[in-house]
Amino acid sequence: MTVPAAAPVPTLKPGSAAKALRDVLVITRRNLTRTIRIPEVIVLALVQPVVFVLLFAYIFAGSFSLPGAEGASAYREYMMPGFFAQTIAFATASNSSVSMANDVHSGMTDRFRSLPMARGALLTGRTLADMVQNSVVMVVMVLCALMVGWRIHHGVLRAAAAFALLLLMGYALSWVGVVIGLTVRAPEAAASSNFLWLFPLTFLSNAFVAPSTLPTVLRWAAEWNPLSATVQAVRELFGNPGVVDGGPWPTQHPVLVSLTWSIVIAVTARALAGRRYRAAGA
Amino acid sequence: MAGAIHATGLVKTFGEVRAVDGVDLDVPEGGVLGLLGPNGAGKTTTVRLLTTLLRPDAGTASVAGHDVLRQPDRVRLSIGLSGQFAAVDDRLTGRENLRMIGELYGLGSRAARQRADELLARFGLDAAADRVSSTYSGGMRRRLDLAGALVLHPPVLFLDEPSVGLDPTSRLMLWDAIEGLVAQGMTLLLTTQYLEEADRLARDIAVVDHGRIIARGTPRDMKTQAGGQRIELVVAWPEQLEPAVALLDRFGTRKPEADRPRSTVSVPVDGGVRLLTEVIAALDASGIEITDIGLRRPTLDEVFLALTEERQPEPVGTAAATDSPWEKTS
Ligand SMILES: Nc1ncnc2c1ncn2[C@@H]1O[C@H](COP(=O)(O)OP(=O)(O)O)[C@@H](O)[C@H]1O
Ligand SMILES: [Mg+2]
Repeated sequence: MTVPAAAPVPTLKPGSAAKALRDVLVITRRNLTRTIRIPEVIVLALVQPVVFVLLFAYIFAGSFSLPGAEGASAYREYMMPGFFAQTIAFATASNSSVSMANDVHSGMTDRFRSLPMARGALLTGRTLADMVQNSVVMVVMVLCALMVGWRIHHGVLRAAAAFALLLLMGYALSWVGVVIGLTVRAPEAAASSNFLWLFPLTFLSNAFVAPSTLPTVLRWAAEWNPLSATVQAVRELFGNPGVVDGGPWPTQHPVLVSLTWSIVIAVTARALAGRRYRAAGA
Repeated sequence: MAGAIHATGLVKTFGEVRAVDGVDLDVPEGGVLGLLGPNGAGKTTTVRLLTTLLRPDAGTASVAGHDVLRQPDRVRLSIGLSGQFAAVDDRLTGRENLRMIGELYGLGSRAARQRADELLARFGLDAAADRVSSTYSGGMRRRLDLAGALVLHPPVLFLDEPSVGLDPTSRLMLWDAIEGLVAQGMTLLLTTQYLEEADRLARDIAVVDHGRIIARGTPRDMKTQAGGQRIELVVAWPEQLEPAVALLDRFGTRKPEADRPRSTVSVPVDGGVRLLTEVIAALDASGIEITDIGLRRPTLDEVFLALTEERQPEPVGTAAATDSPWEKTS
């Protein structure tokens, strides 16, 4: 058996910007193709939040009361930004960390590292694919929210800004997932480690309860939680209840705090991930 | 120079483990070197150092004229690597896998697609080209992985235990493919635990143990060092093992080795089939009943044993008792 020796010649030079961009796109497409091949994963990832939304909207909403926003319908509008943020956080984290750990474990990272690929393209391609998936998740959640009576009150531009903040937070958390995926020894560990940080992140927040009802230390944590800032900012931009006058500084400047958190987390985690990835070859 | 591999004093440690401990290699353009050694000898680590996946703690290496540390992308454009475990994306189809690799090498979309089709046809994967690779057999995955290493038809190919986990038919097909590439002038470095494989594919062998190269030579040299041919027999009754050992001692070039649980005795000989008939006659005369006897080539563990014995004389029993991953080739 012979293999044709008349091999094609690469047209993109390693190290060029065009090659780097192409590498990122190729990896993003590869990751999205992987997701589409097993759609159950994303469907199942959506079932739980949808069920929660319905449960909260029709069963619990009546028994919660918010300072300044009485009634079940007010609670439904209050809780949706919390669900948006929580769903994005969970979807991202379970995706990026486990997928990354899978790539390391299955030897795919070795395959990629043996190719003249741009540095970091594998990691950036992972987070971009997560961003696309998060957008799909977002659409489903919004449809679900509209069904239970949630509304946008402050116009399209502010709503767009709110979605951008949510996706940016998802992007930052995706980088955290990449760091975890590159750190753990097995994909299973990545899956279970998510609960260590995701539960505090999502529940020790203003997503479902007003932090003012919490004991001091927890209240302080909930107020400064990056997820809280995003949820608060999104409430403000959508015009949903839960925006109160006064209160701690982060609650008063949620858009700024959310933006800052997301950028700081993304930049830090990206640097860490890059170091981890290179250390695999040290 | 274009296809050559040179390495001097390569060292790589993982904590306490000196995985690669001063390896020197020279493979001329078009040469085929087999790195032969047991599990944990440092074969994979050596390959990873030469293919830019790991940075050495000490030493230098160049592949196809490019320094692995200073020009990693040049090296990557000149090599193909098929690792110990087929690294194919299990959720992509065979075609998608090869296209992706082509694109990551920097080929345009059309060139990548064309090359993928070509390779799929060559490796007999065209019928399965649009199935996700998780449905492939081990042999098909291996071939797809090898095809991935050949997208640019690189001057240098690295194969880490290419036939591990393959059934005999797939193994023969793979060897055939590899021989074809070598015939086309590709420089090849392969690692293996099987003497048979090294014998078939490699012109030169370097035996690796504990991160060091303990012997170099042609496959023929290796077998000669291990005592050439051997006579091996199985006694019908366990109590006849000792008499059989004593008898074989008279015919062998070295001390016979007994494997009590298998009731087997073997001894290196220098006399071929004629000697075999003499041994059978002698066994008959002394009333030792056997269930099997044959002339065979040394297995890799015997080669290895012979080599390690030379380096550090140690009782055969203990050396043989260390957990041996070697596969018998007899
Ligand atoms: N990434 C790693 N971390 C720690 N130890 C390693 C690593 N890779 C290999 N080793 C150790 O280095 C030694 C050589 O391993 P390896 O090169 O895989 O051997 P081989 O391929 O010959 O079986 C083994 O003792 C192995 O446990
Ligand atoms: Mg190995």
